[in-house]
Amino acid sequence: MKVLVTVKEVAALEEDFEIEGTSVPEQYLEYDLNEWDDYAVEEAVQLQEDGIAEEVVTATIGPERSEETIRMALAKGADRAIRVWDDAIEDAGLLDVGVKTRVLERIVEEEDPDLILTGVQASDDGFSATGVSLAAAMDYQWASVVNTLDLDADDGVAKVHRELEGGIEELTEIDLPAVLTIQTGINEPRYASLRGIRQAQQKEIAHQTLDDLGLEATAVESELTLTDMYEPETESDVTVFEGDPDETAGALAEVLRDKGVGAE
Amino acid sequence: MSDDVLAVAEHRRGELRPVSFESITAGRQLADALGGDLHLAVISGTVEEYAEDLDRDGVDYIHTVDYGEEFNQDVYLQALEALVDDLDPAALMAPNTVNGLAYAPAFADRHGLPLVTDVVDFEVDGDTFVATREMYASKVETTTELPAERFVLTIRDAEWPEAEDRGGAEIARADVTIDEDAIGPRTSGFEEVAAGDVDITEAETLVAVGRGIEEGENVELIEALADAIDATVAASRPVVDNDWLPKNRQVGQSGKTVSPEVYIAIGISGAVQHVAGMKGAGTIVAINKDPDAPIFDVADYGIVDDLFEVVPELTEEFGG
Repeated sequence: MKVLVTVKEVAALEEDFEIEGTSVPEQYLEYDLNEWDDYAVEEAVQLQEDGIAEEVVTATIGPERSEETIRMALAKGADRAIRVWDDAIEDAGLLDVGVKTRVLERIVEEEDPDLILTGVQASDDGFSATGVSLAAAMDYQWASVVNTLDLDADDGVAKVHRELEGGIEELTEIDLPAVLTIQTGINEPRYASLRGIRQAQQKEIAHQTLDDLGLEATAVESELTLTDMYEPETESDVTVFEGDPDETAGALAEVLRDKGVGAE
Repeated sequence: MSDDVLAVAEHRRGELRPVSFESITAGRQLADALGGDLHLAVISGTVEEYAEDLDRDGVDYIHTVDYGEEFNQDVYLQALEALVDDLDPAALMAPNTVNGLAYAPAFADRHGLPLVTDVVDFEVDGDTFVATREMYASKVETTTELPAERFVLTIRDAEWPEAEDRGGAEIARADVTIDEDAIGPRTSGFEEVAAGDVDITEAETLVAVGRGIEEGENVELIEALADAIDATVAASRPVVDNDWLPKNRQVGQSGKTVSPEVYIAIGISGAVQHVAGMKGAGTIVAINKDPDAPIFDVADYGIVDDLFEVVPELTEEFGG
């Protein structure tokens, strides 16, 4: 069985940052593997270790910088990686769900995996929709927000728990090929070993352009336009205690005692 | 195309979820902005009862699809395809919930429609729909524009008030035939997270710990404070994901909703999913080293400092 994992490099904001136009300049951003994708990679690597998956391939839409993040996924055990980027994508602005679906769809057609794992969401733009959209585009079945996976490879069935709101899980089965969007907590993502990091240097990251995928530059045109970005107005009326830890803790303790906390 | 809005109700295990009534408020707002009617789809379960309950001020039409009991994404998709074919609405509005996000993106893809998710506010400016969304863990807000014709949006829960006043909607059974062979997922039931040793929803004082605690062994610090002030220990999602505390301690959208008299959030940034589960607390205290952490937006009292410095001092204050 072949497993494809979509992997995104996400940006988080530094504590102090500025906004220029509709984006935050690079110097205020810290890049990392999207947390949800880390769990998806781990789930795929575990399927490989269990002898269920023969090959784990990652797919990323991202600039050259993201190869560092992709190498992390390879160091954790993925076999090879595909990275899509070119000038048309660079200039496209907002890569909405439709755009990402069109690009990933071509990779899936090329790779023909039995199982696709994506993160539930990306921590930067948080659309939480690409996995399900990709499944629909491929006419695969899908299960979203999966926090337990039991794969029956012989029957081609994925038995999953879908994590609903309020501590409730839905017990569902779907047929492969399928897309599962993976929730955090499904497993314990490993740290890459030194050996893994060394091996990752030898693994292939195939760079592809839209043209390589048989797509026109118009494929990344979106009907969505990001028109403004700003810091939200805070409605906070918080009382912040100032001082050294013993002073702030003392002031807080006084308030808590007033509220009856700690009174026996 | 009509100027109408088709919103979708959500229910689980025999009960409508509150977001259904929020969708009526948001849907009415959008229908007014577009100059059309608000249609509401209620699919599966006891649809007649649901429709009665959903008949609130602002809804023009309610369409019921009586098939199956619980949510199934393929049933919802088939039903919505038939309804959209019939009504040709300008906007399809789903809740930005686990289940809403299980069908809305698929619907958008199959029909080649633009999709904007997790909308917290919107306006219509001429022919343009302007959505307000958050990015980067709620640290910035953005506006995203798209043509206000034939699009799909999902709205964040708890952003619009629930519609309450009784309405006079026209309730009708939708002309929908569900093709059983085209239903993929087979759902056998539900499981609830085990209650375990402690019920955090019963506690008067909760000390909740988040990612800022860094290591599982450091949770001891929080337990010592909880002991000293006779409180119960709760947690945000990352702490539970890391198995530093069991799942029955989790506060938030996917965990428990709590409303203790005092809630002390330690090393918790205050992501919207967490705040959803604790904003009803009487007094909220936040200890976090990041002054911009969203938790301070909902806190009554705060300390901006290293929790490893502050928490032991606080414990000592209470003789711990």
